Amino acid sequence: MMVGDPLAWALWTILVPFAFALLVFLFPRCASHGAMAAAVGIGACSIAAVLGVLRHGPGRMAVGGWAVPLGIEIHLDGLSALMLATTALVGTVSTIYAVGYLAHAPLDGGDSAAPGSGRDHRALFMAVWLVLWGSLNALFLSSDLFNVYVTLELIGISSVVLISMAGAAQALTAAVRYLLVGLVGSLCYLAGIGLLYAAYGTLDFGLLSRASLAGHLPPMALALMTSGLLLKTALFPFHFWLPTAHGNAPAPVSAILSALVVKAPYYLLLRLWIDVLGGQITPESARLLGFLGTAAILWGAVQALLADRVKRLVAYSTVSQLGYLFLVFPLALEKSGGYFAWNGVAYFMLSHACAKASMFLAAGTLLLAAESDRIDHLDGISQCIPLPMFAFSIAAASLIGLPPSGGFMAKWLLLKSALIGGQWVTVVVILLGGLLTVAYFFRVFSRSFMSKPMIAACLSLPKGMHWSPLVLSLIALCLGLFASQILSLLQVGSPWTEGAPAWRRG
Amino acid sequence: MNLSTLLPGLVLMSSFIPGLAIFFVPEERQRLRTALNMAGATLKLVLVAVLVWGVYHQETFRTELPLLPGMDLVLHADALSVLFVTLSSILWFLTTLYAVAYLEHSPQPRSRFFGFFSLCVTATIGIAMAGNLITFLIFYEALTLSTYPLVTHRGTAESMRAGAIYLVYTLVGGAILMVGVAWLAVLAGSVEFVEGGSLGLLSQTAVSELRVIFVLLVGGLGVKAALVPVHGWLPAAMVAPAPVSALLHAVAVVKAGAFGIVRVIYDVYGIGPAREMGVLDPLAWLAAATIIYGSLRALRQDELKKRLAYSTVSQVSYIALGCAVGGPVATLGGIVHLVHQGLMKITLFFCAGNIAETLGLHRISELKGVGRRMPLTMAAFTLGALGMIGVPPLAGFVSKWHLGSGGLATGQGWVVLVLAVSSLLNAAYFLPILHTAWFKTPEVSPEDGLARRWREAHWMLLLPPLVTALLAVLAGFLANAPFSPLGWSQLIVFREYRH
Repeated sequence: MMVGDPLAWALWTILVPFAFALLVFLFPRCASHGAMAAAVGIGACSIAAVLGVLRHGPGRMAVGGWAVPLGIEIHLDGLSALMLATTALVGTVSTIYAVGYLAHAPLDGGDSAAPGSGRDHRALFMAVWLVLWGSLNALFLSSDLFNVYVTLELIGISSVVLISMAGAAQALTAAVRYLLVGLVGSLCYLAGIGLLYAAYGTLDFGLLSRASLAGHLPPMALALMTSGLLLKTALFPFHFWLPTAHGNAPAPVSAILSALVVKAPYYLLLRLWIDVLGGQITPESARLLGFLGTAAILWGAVQALLADRVKRLVAYSTVSQLGYLFLVFPLALEKSGGYFAWNGVAYFMLSHACAKASMFLAAGTLLLAAESDRIDHLDGISQCIPLPMFAFSIAAASLIGLPPSGGFMAKWLLLKSALIGGQWVTVVVILLGGLLTVAYFFRVFSRSFMSKPMIAACLSLPKGMHWSPLVLSLIALCLGLFASQILSLLQVGSPWTEGAPAWRRG
Repeated sequence: MNLSTLLPGLVLMSSFIPGLAIFFVPEERQRLRTALNMAGATLKLVLVAVLVWGVYHQETFRTELPLLPGMDLVLHADALSVLFVTLSSILWFLTTLYAVAYLEHSPQPRSRFFGFFSLCVTATIGIAMAGNLITFLIFYEALTLSTYPLVTHRGTAESMRAGAIYLVYTLVGGAILMVGVAWLAVLAGSVEFVEGGSLGLLSQTAVSELRVIFVLLVGGLGVKAALVPVHGWLPAAMVAPAPVSALLHAVAVVKAGAFGIVRVIYDVYGIGPAREMGVLDPLAWLAAATIIYGSLRALRQDELKKRLAYSTVSQVSYIALGCAVGGPVATLGGIVHLVHQGLMKITLFFCAGNIAETLGLHRISELKGVGRRMPLTMAAFTLGALGMIGVPPLAGFVSKWHLGSGGLATGQGWVVLVLAVSSLLNAAYFLPILHTAWFKTPEVSPEDGLARRWREAHWMLLLPPLVTALLAVLAGFLANAPFSPLGWSQLIVFREYRH
């Protein structure tokens, strides 16, 4: 029974956060404890789902016994289990961090003097964050384009609330912009699924991938959905909203947004393009996505080189790193080697999530301890907060792709795929991106490790805020050593069998 | 699970675990930190002794860890890796002793320093024992990561700049190496290090690709091995504290590059196929150019550590030269120089550190009369310098003798010419140092009336250079003893050329 039905455990990863969100909202006094309990619960369910899917293989389950087309089905395979686990890991650490952060940085500006308001904000924060967590898990488990739409909306709206809780004017602007971008993206997506539903009467992943789709309609629907999702996942040139939003949100929120939320629409793109609607892809469209990815890698890196604040630099780094994820699309079309690229980007999502969350958490500690995260004020900061800055550098090493980090393994797989396909431009881009990553992160640690302290006072902060970035970055650093386990998890129910996805063989 | 599958892993862990532990030692607990350091170093020596004994008796040691499907993380011990492992662990022991005396009273965070110091040695040991290319690559990059904080340890603007130069060179080199390794993996699967080469038939079918890959691999490795024109980081990195320079120049970084070149030529390509591909001659010429160029640059430096750094540029290329010239004798000269250069150069850097630390002198022109004030240090320095020049029967002579006669044996007489010019240049930049230190009288200024007094360094700073100088002398005198560096290198060469 313990690892009996992975799908039941997977379902609990959706129900637990929503239930605890309600509890926390109703009993604001125990917001911190409630959120921690929820994190432990979701973590346990996610581990059980991962172990279960490894043992029993992929599966689908009709929630409450109502079968498709009437009911809601959830679908669990290796990729979605990996996403659940990533979310649980980053989510748990961010929650621990957020407890300390909220105690120290009263959200929503000035009115923290009023008795009890700090606690209310804490409760609101935790409740909304749990809703976001539940929606992310629900997205990863959805097997229906409309359910995905609902989860996307929930993710977007709860993210907006969390960003706006920083209270500063910039954060509010960013939140509103994020809201509008999210709405436009959702509309595009909705239009796409509307077209599909009108023509085929189903939005179920399984039914769609087996249906014989022909004519102009499916490509058009795919194009609409893709552009909506690109907007939400901030691929260059749709990244304009990301640096402000991620750079001004409260630290734990930035971590969650950059590590998890932008991955959600990307996860869906990966599902649609490589699996569900794979037959609709033309080489030109795949190359276009690859080209935009390349542009994102370079443009994000250049902007990170010019950024004036640490959080903004890290946010532009996200723009750049997201570009790597899109290299998979042209590589997947190659006769061989696409399999490695697919594994590579899945690995990339995992290691980028850990490393980037660690960086934003470290940057948050920095911001509170030094009261500024301007890069030219960083001299000697690591003497004041040694652990977070150490974590920052280790996370940077993972993003750069130094072994034995997860980033190295991801880039190794991508590189291998590009070499097999003979795509030399991609080889150069992968390496150049890594070197640019060194260049922009070097701006931070060349100053932070100087031996002359320039900051007079250094605020003392809860231990959790020092340790949690380090935990995530150490995990990111060691991820490369567990490649065989992670790849065998990805293998479960993967669209790639015998080196090619199902639609290519058919 | 028995000793033969565990031992390579244990050797690695004997510095890795103390290294991790040291990060968490509070700054003021100096005794605990030193105890951890020395315990790890001693344990490693014991384990390596077992390893040497086993490999000599043809036992195989292999630790495997699955990494990717069809690609394992392999640590193994063959004769070549044992040579490098032994060198690293002996020199690590001495350098740790030295570093404790040198740095324990400095204001910078010492736990961080000694933590990375141990990780750096771990990475070097990993490079030495890597059983395939991907394992090698992983430890090679880990070495970059763990040495950067050592180079920038002082945290001054100058050391941060040196660190930046170091990172740019090594990471670009690492990226190039990674492309080479990945490409070779695509062509040949997991590339194991096998005595005599591991590419098999591929070396006849995919010659042009393999040529390009060779350039990528050696280009990437050449950055750390400081081949001209990618040697620029090495003179810059000499701002690091003396024990770090000593380790960087003698075992860790430059040797990792040189050792990698040996591995690629002999255990990946195989000497025969590599020769047929015509990739060895250009490498030999490049190495020869580096030897001459490094010596010429060394002549012009007045700063002692900088002169030593350019001397390293020159001397390390002997290894590449010997391997690229090929033939058993030249190979022997190259491989044995891996050890000899390490022993001699670490002596020189220890001594330079002693002079800087005890007397505060950094420039060669300031060294007048130092021989009378620090006779033991200068005696060790003199032995190291004479060895580098190649005065018989010191260690450097043994290397040069084999390199030269190996060159003649394969009909490449120009090697002897290069060696002769290089030896002359070595003499031209080392002898003036010795002359200044021993024979010139110090100028006594009024405020420095004590400038003639005996002022030898602390014993923990003095013992390591004396020991390494003694080892360098013994390596030359007892070159024909069975467990001398030369004796062991003969074993390596015998096993490489058996195929």
